[in-house]
Amino acid sequence: MNADVSENELAGRRAVVAGHAAFATGLVSAVQQISGMGAALSPVTSIGLAGGDIASMLEDALDALGTSVIFTDLPAGSCTIAARRLQRVRPELVLVTGVNLATVLEFVFRSSSETPLEAATAAAEKGRATLLVHGGNV
Amino acid sequence: MPIALYRVDDRLIHGQVVVGWGQPLELRFVVLVDDDVAASEWEQELYRMGVPPEMEVQFCDVESASRHLGKYMLDSRMGIVLVGDIGTMQRLVLANPTIKTVNIGGVHHAPGRVARLRYVFLTPEEEHALRAIEASGVEVSAQDVPSARPIPLKELLSAQLDG
Repeated sequence: MNADVSENELAGRRAVVAGHAAFATGLVSAVQQISGMGAALSPVTSIGLAGGDIASMLEDALDALGTSVIFTDLPAGSCTIAARRLQRVRPELVLVTGVNLATVLEFVFRSSSETPLEAATAAAEKGRATLLVHGGNV
Repeated sequence: MPIALYRVDDRLIHGQVVVGWGQPLELRFVVLVDDDVAASEWEQELYRMGVPPEMEVQFCDVESASRHLGKYMLDSRMGIVLVGDIGTMQRLVLANPTIKTVNIGGVHHAPGRVARLRYVFLTPEEEHALRAIEASGVEVSAQDVPSARPIPLKELLSAQLDG
């Protein structure tokens, strides 16, 4: 183990992952299986909740984890709308929509010397680059 | 072209509306009827951000929606009328006898509401309002996504969600 790795880096960069049904828990579970860094992420689901309640859950999750970064699934999803509402009262909040597994994996391993916005932006670029189409030739 | 859906959904514009209904119905416009949203530029921007570029959003209060409903019904594109609560839909139906069906798409948990389905929680007042809407000749049913079975009002109001 590299002795220069900080405790924060070992714990991973923290973020809330929010989305429809079991999307977030599935994503966090996958991160845990691949990297062992699942504890750096807090999953939130929109199931059964009105918009205001989703915003409250996001706030609780952000505060509990001590982070200012949220990843959501759909740009038009209710978690995204709730997070955008939160940005009104928490302008420091960084929101990334359209998240995939590669995005969050990249994020948890980003250096703690980066700002949340820098880390989230780099993770989003990584996730975008993994969307590839193969085959289809007949 | 008639409006494809008159929907009550307290999340207003979100995934189920834009993708779940939007894709199969090829929705090209949403009339979002909400007095508060119609009075707030910021709220409108928030919801506008959530729709794909091929989908137009109109923001109306109940009064202006009622005035322009005939125009929306004549639009050649497929559209949806969306409200955030049952009271707003009741006002809209009262002002527009042309509305013949109402879709309950999402009324979530709040104090005083009883769980009827996993996506429908109702107060006694809301149940009364739904009965009044149906008594005026409107077919009311609950259905969150197109692939789900529409649940008629009578069945909805007798449903009891466990837990």
